[in-house]
Amino acid sequence: MAKVERETRVSEELLRDFFREMLLIRRFEEKVEERFRAGELPGFLHVAIGQEAVAVGVCRAMEEGDVFGSTHRAHGHTLAAGTHPNEVMAELYGKLEGCSHGYGGSMHLYDVERGNLGANAVVGGGLPSIVGAALAFQLRREPRVAVAFFGDGATNIGHFHESMNLAQLWNVPAVFVCENNNWAESTPRSQHMPIDDIAKRALAYDMRAMKVDGQDVEEVYVSAREALDHARSGEGPVFMAVETHRLVGHYIGDPQVYRPKDEQRELRATQDPITKLRERLGLSDDDFEQLDREVSEIVEESVRFSKAATDPKPEDALKNVYA
Amino acid sequence: MPSLSYREAVRDALSRAMRDDPDVFIMGEDIAEMGGSMGVTQGMLDEFGPERVRNTPISEIAIAGAGIGAAMQGMRPVVEIMYEDFLTVSMEQIVNQAAKHRYMSGGQLKVPLVIRTQGGAGWSPGAQHAQQLEAWFVHVPGLKVVYSSTPTDVRGLLWSAIYDDNPIVFFEHRLLYGIKEEVPEEIEPIPLGKARIHREGEDVTVVATGPLVHMSLQAAEQAEKEGISVEVVDPRTLQPLDEQTIVESVKKTNRCVTAHEAVTRMGFGAEVAAVVQHQAFDWLDAPIERVGSKFAPLAFAPVMEQYVVPQVEDVLQAIYRTVGRDGD
Repeated sequence: MAKVERETRVSEELLRDFFREMLLIRRFEEKVEERFRAGELPGFLHVAIGQEAVAVGVCRAMEEGDVFGSTHRAHGHTLAAGTHPNEVMAELYGKLEGCSHGYGGSMHLYDVERGNLGANAVVGGGLPSIVGAALAFQLRREPRVAVAFFGDGATNIGHFHESMNLAQLWNVPAVFVCENNNWAESTPRSQHMPIDDIAKRALAYDMRAMKVDGQDVEEVYVSAREALDHARSGEGPVFMAVETHRLVGHYIGDPQVYRPKDEQRELRATQDPITKLRERLGLSDDDFEQLDREVSEIVEESVRFSKAATDPKPEDALKNVYA
Repeated sequence: MPSLSYREAVRDALSRAMRDDPDVFIMGEDIAEMGGSMGVTQGMLDEFGPERVRNTPISEIAIAGAGIGAAMQGMRPVVEIMYEDFLTVSMEQIVNQAAKHRYMSGGQLKVPLVIRTQGGAGWSPGAQHAQQLEAWFVHVPGLKVVYSSTPTDVRGLLWSAIYDDNPIVFFEHRLLYGIKEEVPEEIEPIPLGKARIHREGEDVTVVATGPLVHMSLQAAEQAEKEGISVEVVDPRTLQPLDEQTIVESVKKTNRCVTAHEAVTRMGFGAEVAAVVQHQAFDWLDAPIERVGSKFAPLAFAPVMEQYVVPQVEDVLQAIYRTVGRDGD
């Protein structure tokens, strides 16, 4: 994997590509909400509406061979990393064709071939093993980077601090992407951490920190390229404090009694990353509608695919316990 | 044949694996210059250097987790958790992550990780440095659990554990590190899931682990003087468990005692008893007896500590009860 020239701006072509990907994630998540409410999807689900630019900006900045660990809000990361929507949707339907073959579900999407080492449903649970993956790359002298996605809530768990400390101490090629949406489930940041500036978390470990506007995909992408480049070149790990917004509840069906009613309306009006990028690109209604039709059809197809996909046999539950 | 202590046997397996395979490395607290709190890794820093003999911060979550992450990339890390009491700090990583990545990924991942740890009473460390928690890990599908009682076993089992593709919690016992045994020049890998019959007998089977293997052998000698022939079986791996060897032994002797240092209640002996009563019900001539620690944390004062943990005499009395004899 060659080192990449640091990009200061992103071509319009690439931005259009990002736009399409973000819109695909949005339509996918809306379809997931719809199918869940229709009673077709088991379990419980967390959609990434509002956080699409983080997923696309970071995942598209990664090189082949890079790996990442995701969170309970994993659909966006997984799609942005290139897993086919059919495989993601089939996993949500619990089918063998799913990206975790029905063993994982929404909160445990894996696609190792595409660098996805798994979505973790223990908040912060995936961070230590991302440091371990980065350690393996360092020991093998491989120019690869391991990326951890997590939220602001995760920065309060010991896993986070032990991982940050060890990563910086050993100078491993890791990038910590904190998707700060200001909510740990229903608990606002003011109730779960004594600091306003989450980037300060990195100071304690003398780790390089970046502040990033997570609603601006170009900024996310450029920052992520820089962070990955920094880590890949052996200069050490990077903490990305990405400010973003969850434009929906914590889980599908969350009545959000804890959140002021007009907050979400206002955020949707001013902080929707898709609207922002659409304006930036100056997309005409025709252009937008055509793209929308394309991605919506891909999403519809993923539902058709999943409904026709194979149910695991009950006794398949006893497979894959051991290697 | 060279004579190795249990401690040296562990070091020998680690060192040979590291010489043979660049993917094997070790990390843990105080394992480098100090050579580990039990001296197991002494000298390894000099031979292998700080990149492969890695001192870590006091971070049991990150030690286990970094091992998991490196293992998922195909390396074969052996991490040391200094005392098994501290495994409780790593518990989330071991139970939710190491044990489940393969499963949750639908078979895409492997986690070839060994977590070495040690514990055990008999030297008054108090309640947080000597627990025996092996049974906790047997309860988690996806983990393998090893508990070695002799130098030969610990060497051959550790070798197999390193080259197994699953996460393994590997228990050593503090008081066994000094025991010596002649071992073959070359390591003979011991398959995980194969019990060892230490002593053949006709009247009672004692299924024992760790230091209780040695105590049971002593108890067996004393019982023999009373005309009771005792068979001592060490399962060596608690998961997978060699049920067949245990059940066959009990079908021969018709009596069974389980013996471990861990607390009796919900201890590994309870599982052995369940297996035996289910598979050898019609062969049993007496209730299965369980020997283990009394239900209390470990006290500091030696007299209290010794009262809580099982002794040779406890095994002997259990043997007597199964043959309907009053020992006292």
